[in-house]
Amino acid sequence: MNTFEYLRAASMQEAIQQAASPDAQYIAGGTELLNWMRLHIVEPARLVDIGFVPDQAQIARSGTDLFIGSLATLNDVGNHELVASHARTLGQACLKAASPQIRNRATLGGNVLQKTRCAYFRSEAPVPWPCNKRSPGSGCAALKGVNERHAILGWTDACVAVHPSDPLVALACLDGRAEVIGPKGRRNIEMTGFHLSQEEARAEHAKLAPRLHEAQVESRLAPQEVIVSYRIPIAEGERSAYVKVRERDSYEYALVSAAAALRLVDGKIDRVRIALGSVAQRPWRLTAAEKALQGATPTKQSVLPAILKALEPARPLEHNRYKVTLAANAAARAIVLAAGERP
Amino acid sequence: MPNPLSRREFIQAGSVVVGALSATAEAAAPESASATTRTRANIKVNGTVHAADLEARVTLLDYLHDRLGLTGTRKGCNEGACGTCTVLIDGKRMNACLTLAAQCNGREVTTVEGLAQGDKLHPVQQAFIDHDAFQCGYCTSGQIVSAVACIEEGHTGSEAEVREWMSGNLCRCSCYPQITAAVLDAAQRVKQSSKDGQA
Amino acid sequence: MSIGKPISRIEGRDKVTGRARYSGDVMLPGMLYGVIVGAPVAAGRVESVDSAAALAHPGVVRVLTRADMPKFGAIAPPAAVLNLPLQTDEIRHEGEPVAIVLGETIEAAEQGAALVRVTAQAAAPMIAGGRGKPDEPPADWASIMGGNFTKGDVAKGLSSAAQSVRQDYEQPARHHNPMEPSSTTAEWQGDSVTMYDSVQCAYNVPPVVGAALGIPPQNVRVIAPHTGGGFGCKGYVWPHQVLAAAAARIAGRPVRLTLSRSLMYANVGYQAWMRQRVELGAGADGQLTAIRYDGVNATALLDTHFEPSSETAKCLYASPAIATKQMLERVHANLPTAMRAPVEGPGTWAIETAMDELAVALKMDPFDLRLRNYAEVDPHTGKPWSSKKLREAYESAARRFGWRERHARPKRDGDFVIGNGMATATMGCFRWAGGARVRLKDDGTAVVETGTHDIGTGTLTVFTQIAADALGLSVDRVAIQWGDTRLPQASPVYGSSATMTNGSAVLLAAREARAKLDKLVPGVKDHGAAMRKAGVSDIVGEATFKLPKDLPFNADGADTPYAMRTWGAVFVEIGVDPDFGILRLRRVVGSYSAGRIINPKTARSQLTGGIIWEWGKATMEESVQEPTHGRWLAKNLSNVAIPVNADIPTSIDVDFVEEYDEHASALGARGIGELAATGVAAAIGNAVYDAVGVRVRSLPILPWKILQRAM
Repeated sequence: MNTFEYLRAASMQEAIQQAASPDAQYIAGGTELLNWMRLHIVEPARLVDIGFVPDQAQIARSGTDLFIGSLATLNDVGNHELVASHARTLGQACLKAASPQIRNRATLGGNVLQKTRCAYFRSEAPVPWPCNKRSPGSGCAALKGVNERHAILGWTDACVAVHPSDPLVALACLDGRAEVIGPKGRRNIEMTGFHLSQEEARAEHAKLAPRLHEAQVESRLAPQEVIVSYRIPIAEGERSAYVKVRERDSYEYALVSAAAALRLVDGKIDRVRIALGSVAQRPWRLTAAEKALQGATPTKQSVLPAILKALEPARPLEHNRYKVTLAANAAARAIVLAAGERP
Repeated sequence: MPNPLSRREFIQAGSVVVGALSATAEAAAPESASATTRTRANIKVNGTVHAADLEARVTLLDYLHDRLGLTGTRKGCNEGACGTCTVLIDGKRMNACLTLAAQCNGREVTTVEGLAQGDKLHPVQQAFIDHDAFQCGYCTSGQIVSAVACIEEGHTGSEAEVREWMSGNLCRCSCYPQITAAVLDAAQRVKQSSKDGQA
Repeated sequence: MSIGKPISRIEGRDKVTGRARYSGDVMLPGMLYGVIVGAPVAAGRVESVDSAAALAHPGVVRVLTRADMPKFGAIAPPAAVLNLPLQTDEIRHEGEPVAIVLGETIEAAEQGAALVRVTAQAAAPMIAGGRGKPDEPPADWASIMGGNFTKGDVAKGLSSAAQSVRQDYEQPARHHNPMEPSSTTAEWQGDSVTMYDSVQCAYNVPPVVGAALGIPPQNVRVIAPHTGGGFGCKGYVWPHQVLAAAAARIAGRPVRLTLSRSLMYANVGYQAWMRQRVELGAGADGQLTAIRYDGVNATALLDTHFEPSSETAKCLYASPAIATKQMLERVHANLPTAMRAPVEGPGTWAIETAMDELAVALKMDPFDLRLRNYAEVDPHTGKPWSSKKLREAYESAARRFGWRERHARPKRDGDFVIGNGMATATMGCFRWAGGARVRLKDDGTAVVETGTHDIGTGTLTVFTQIAADALGLSVDRVAIQWGDTRLPQASPVYGSSATMTNGSAVLLAAREARAKLDKLVPGVKDHGAAMRKAGVSDIVGEATFKLPKDLPFNADGADTPYAMRTWGAVFVEIGVDPDFGILRLRRVVGSYSAGRIINPKTARSQLTGGIIWEWGKATMEESVQEPTHGRWLAKNLSNVAIPVNADIPTSIDVDFVEEYDEHASALGARGIGELAATGVAAAIGNAVYDAVGVRVRSLPILPWKILQRAM
């Protein structure tokens, strides 16, 4: 790890000012950042510690929203009764993430900003193979390489990484939004559009982040901006669930994951929202299936065809065709589980 | 009563460690290192407050193990993937390798060395011995500290719950069934002794 | 009488309080931290090593490159790698050390290592998996194990079979990943060096370091406190150990060289990629007519590790015809080494899966097929077994598992389809010569003195029990000194041999001490008082456990009238979620014939540990050698999976068959450390087939391998 200047912020406003230098990074839990630094993915000259900022971890009902402060840890969120009541898929996603120790430090604000687990990307420096995120312009080793765990949607030949966050998938499913502050003030970003697929990055990176390679543009967060809170609309009477498919029973990233939230009327789906994780560099809402499943019975047999149809645009890589089946089954399972939950 | 020849040497070397190493570090570092890459933190470790003056990049793990000589907290992977370095920070279990010492300013750290009361082992420590919940012992400090927190959190309601909530601590010798049994047993003992305490 | 009692580990207090020391816990005044910089490509030549940026980093003291290193003397086994690094510009594998950064702090040394600029000319690497350079196994190795073997007429046996199976079984490279990364701290005094090291046999180090650095081996003292797991990767001597000593000598200060988790991947060994082709033929009654085995394992370009798994084909089942052949392939990778349950770990994966496939072809119960082909004598040599209670183990495990009743149990549990599988477990008997001293003291206690190691197997406790019983003392009156080459040379702590061999030495030494005491004062109870009265402060017994022909090593009872092997039967119940292809372990029942059990508590832990080892191997473990670049794709624990607690049910039910093997050791014991890490992978694969009708012949059984068949 390089040496760096370390500052503690007393408030988010102070933090923004302290982060004004180009080589500054925020640190909250630090459970991602320290590993990036050890791998030399980033080498900030200054760390601005926002972990001591008070009153940033509240979880409360705020009007028709569930409010979650960005410094709330994954365990805080996962164990909270309001989350269990109004955003169960998010609570489940939080508790299936990482390990208990990591969840005691990892914040909901930081978690959505984590980077891909692609093994080529996560190599120690010097990176010995092409990786446009690590060495812009060098290419993508995973494209024709070992890519069982990579994207089936939204990728380009510049990068085939997936976003590994569980809570992010749930936030996208529940139409959550992030409140963000920065040098230019305060704004909201919908979680369904917070991250970009590589295709979107290719189209927008020149405008969003002209100094970065398209493979390095992962979210719409501008430099120095920091998430301060999330608001999730409370959908009364809805039920939700999160399914995480992984070969090890705990403490492992997903092969694919799915979040589903639905409202049943007379035992049939009145509204359903489905988001897939680890299939792209952003959570993937199956909006076509959401429409088609209106009125469907929440059983695997009944919902699977519409989900598979919604996945027809998937473009598997050489070694990850199985992810299409896995994702479809995960989405179906999430719907079935959600239907079985109490509203 | 194991009594390896090397023990006395370790203890002698150990008693020199804090002074010698940090003195060396300060002597070597000052002119070339920018003053602003250093930081201060007041960290209470096992009940004693330490005024740490160090490079900001020093992790809590390397601070505890190499600067304070509390070698019970050890490095398994240095990326938060194994839990060997689990400590309690303000009572919550965390990986010391994923924490800068600087981030512990004003906080209370408990390591495995802080669990026993004199000669009296913590119920979790005793349960680990009774259930043979360790083999090589390298992951054991982390397992025990993690278990103390797991019990405190109330995540010991069933065997399945213990297995899930202890999954942040890898064990390659693989004592998982024994660890689970030890945690369940210790949870009972802790519940019992707090009942006795209230009586 | 403490042998046979489930005594808690005597070092338990130290381990649960964090007081137990591991070599990386040692702090020496003036100590430098050493971090290895590895070659950035898998094949080619180093062109330059630019240390300027590293040396400019505060706290970096030296960057040692090839120019700083002496020409190392020639080294031999027990060195693993014979072609030491930092002696040539040629690159033999990715990560081969090309520099060592020495820093005042670990942070400085690590950052310094990142700042060293290595330029290399890259050549296309040969990758493991059947595309390497073929080579014959080394003759000296093959003469002991894994040599080509023919008995009877295999071709005829196969052609006359009613049913036959011919399949390839593959397993990928896998790393041991002990929780403690290897760490060596070296401190010189003149021409002598003390090394604190994480090892499974400290005595292996002095001859290697001595030869490399041109000093007499007796000038090398190795102190190994507790070792945080080895499983074979801390058995032989690895380059970093020599480099730590060399660096300390050059720097004139003690050097602690700890391998980071990442550096473990290319600086110590691992179990290599293997492909085993098994052909089995049987009559309609299930009697085997022929076994043919063809195996190949990958090894490094220049250095050799040979995995003689064909021994499994020679020993498991009676067959009139057996033919085995093995080859190596040389690739641009670091040197593999023995891994917990070498030989039979891979061997049982292949043979026991093939037997299951044969049972399916014969429409026969897989258990009955094993029973039908029970080997009453060693099929390889024709010798009687020193002791074999496999029938009892089969019976006990099958009964406790309810094997015969499995079809009456539900086939589904929620989302899971249930499958049952079984396999035979077996491990050869490796024995090394080892010695011990037992000292009676006039304070009424006794001390066992032997340079053994605690790697988690329970040696300290077991040896204490053995000595206590032979001396007629209670266990709490016996101490043990271990882990120092100044103590009597112990046999290594690998190969499941320590209790058998060094335990026997402890027994014999204790008996000698007791005999001397009895000569002094016959039949005494309180030896302390008796010795004080006689004015004798110490009574010492010394012994070595010798092997046939006084050789240092013996495999499977060679040069004795008996074939020696341990046995077991393992039955598993798993669940497969067919939507996802994921597996979950539900139940394991095992029963083992391993001779006399000294401590059932520690022995039980060895067994469950071995079973869990195999679960990881069967369902998740894989170290991928990236096919274009030739380096390990992931060198960490976040992208390389090993089992977690949630994977492992507490219902692992193991037992031992009551047994005393008078031929294998003076104790009646054989070895158990690795036995349970055999057979299980095949049992799991067999259970998957039973559940969903998918036969996976290439480990690990990952979800896409199940889904792809079902798709």
